[in-house]
Amino acid sequence: MAVTREDVLHIADLARLGVDGARADALTKELSAILAHMEVLSAVDTASVPPTDGIGAEGTPLRPDERVSPLMERTLESFAPAMRDGFFIVPRLATHEDPAESGA
Amino acid sequence: MSRERYEMVVGLEVHVQLKTRTKAFCGCSTDFGAPPNVNTCPVCLALPGALPVLNERAVELATRAALGLGCKVNPVSIFARKNYFYPDLPKGYQISQFDQPLATGGSVAIGKNEAGADVQIGITRLHMEEDAGKSIHDRYPGATAIDLNRAGVPLIEIVSEPDLRTSADAGAYLRTVKQILQYLDVSDVSMEEGSLRVDANISVRPPGQTKLGTKTEVKNMNSFSAVERALEAEFERQCALLDSGGRVEQQTLLWDGARETVRPSRTKEGSHDYRYFPEPDLLPLKQDEKWIGDARSHLPELPDARKKRLVQEFGISPVEVEQLTATPALAEYFEAVARVSGDGKAAYNWVMGEVLAALRASSGDITHFRIRPADLAQLLNLVRDATISHTAAKRVFALMVETGKLPAQVAADEGLLQVGDEDAIATWVDEVLREHPEEGTRYLAGEKKLQGVLVGFVMKKSKGRADPKRVNQLLSARGG
Ligand SMILES: [Zn+2]
Repeated sequence: MAVTREDVLHIADLARLGVDGARADALTKELSAILAHMEVLSAVDTASVPPTDGIGAEGTPLRPDERVSPLMERTLESFAPAMRDGFFIVPRLATHEDPAESGA
Repeated sequence: MSRERYEMVVGLEVHVQLKTRTKAFCGCSTDFGAPPNVNTCPVCLALPGALPVLNERAVELATRAALGLGCKVNPVSIFARKNYFYPDLPKGYQISQFDQPLATGGSVAIGKNEAGADVQIGITRLHMEEDAGKSIHDRYPGATAIDLNRAGVPLIEIVSEPDLRTSADAGAYLRTVKQILQYLDVSDVSMEEGSLRVDANISVRPPGQTKLGTKTEVKNMNSFSAVERALEAEFERQCALLDSGGRVEQQTLLWDGARETVRPSRTKEGSHDYRYFPEPDLLPLKQDEKWIGDARSHLPELPDARKKRLVQEFGISPVEVEQLTATPALAEYFEAVARVSGDGKAAYNWVMGEVLAALRASSGDITHFRIRPADLAQLLNLVRDATISHTAAKRVFALMVETGKLPAQVAADEGLLQVGDEDAIATWVDEVLREHPEEGTRYLAGEKKLQGVLVGFVMKKSKGRADPKRVNQLLSARGG
């Protein structure tokens, strides 16, 4: 399975990444090479090998529903680009210039 | 009308916040109404290196909800990343479940059809996920304010089959699911506080056609009745579109309650390409059969079972039991009053009458109502034993609400204890006959229908304390 230039541009767009023409061509080659290697791995006969969901047969560890004070070395203000009245401030989204529309 | 040529096909997605003290994957508080961003930590802020650890209680509540909605709980379920970019989602993905959800294949009965059979609505799946934060667009000009207190709060999403055919059915389904979740005690299910949200998928097709039409998704409804109105509006729109030769376009629409209309969401094209993949930071969630079996055997009594039992035990009607079981708290209050007093009918009348009226007047809720069930039962017994009259009991009730005192005490303090003493009643009867000579004479001459009027005079004279049964007996004896 090869990756097309359109796939690369589409994924870049979804990831909000600016990718120019030359870079798109290079990425198309690189990603196709990665998938080609996956195809090599897929060719191995694993019929007799049980699937591995992850490390640890017990499944994901659980924690009790108990409050923990956050381990914050620094205040939010010290690393957030912009804050006001306790809120993080981001530029108004172009798709949400109408204040009535909120949430994704 | 064009709408009669089409059938409405609706499936609902209900998002419910689980009643946990902490978030799904970190130990931050889930309290509603905290100052912005106070309940956040490296995990829910997506700071580099932070790892999620699943909340055991959230799993327990999600499993309980799944079992209560008749779903099969899968022994292995997988968390997945749902990728999209939005400022209220700090990680750039939401931890959800995709192709191996917690539970599948449930159903709920939303009433009876004309033939008297249960109308069952299928539940496709129930999965666990985390909530996003809150974006506030109208607070600062040109900027969006982000509060991440909700980010990471545990939710379940309950996805129905496209089995709903009318907006009324959709409303009934939502009320039924909400009631079941209340009885299961897994969520506050409050749309006002955001612990229950509904998105609707709707399409139309000619009756008899089995293939589904193109659906749209309607969001932004803030009440069950808004869901019903939004479905009607979107149904009209789709019918009119098809009738005029147009085609329904798959899109997300927002309900505008003020204008009673839906309008397209301006969410970016392609935003539904979520590129799900298994969450590498979490192992599969495993629940063995024994654990699931234990959860099933510990399920609380569900609404239907409660209704059947109350009808049988307390001799109330099916209509009455619907009112009494509206919420588990009301049903429990009623049952306690009925059990202690031994009179289901009187308990029904008092709970649905005086108790609800008092709660409405004080905007209170039954859980914190001042009169405890045992004390109300005592009041009912005072009426039953003719220690106080029904009229006096209402006054005693009002004073109990006001003072928190016990009924016998209030009745004694206020001099409302009923007088059954023959001599006292005879004196009142004599006085009434003297003071109302016309009615008295006519009654004694055989005009029986005046008895009620005379009893009324005696009750008034006794300030409600005379036992009306005795008054009637005494008058009958005189008039006879
Ligand atoms: Zn946190």
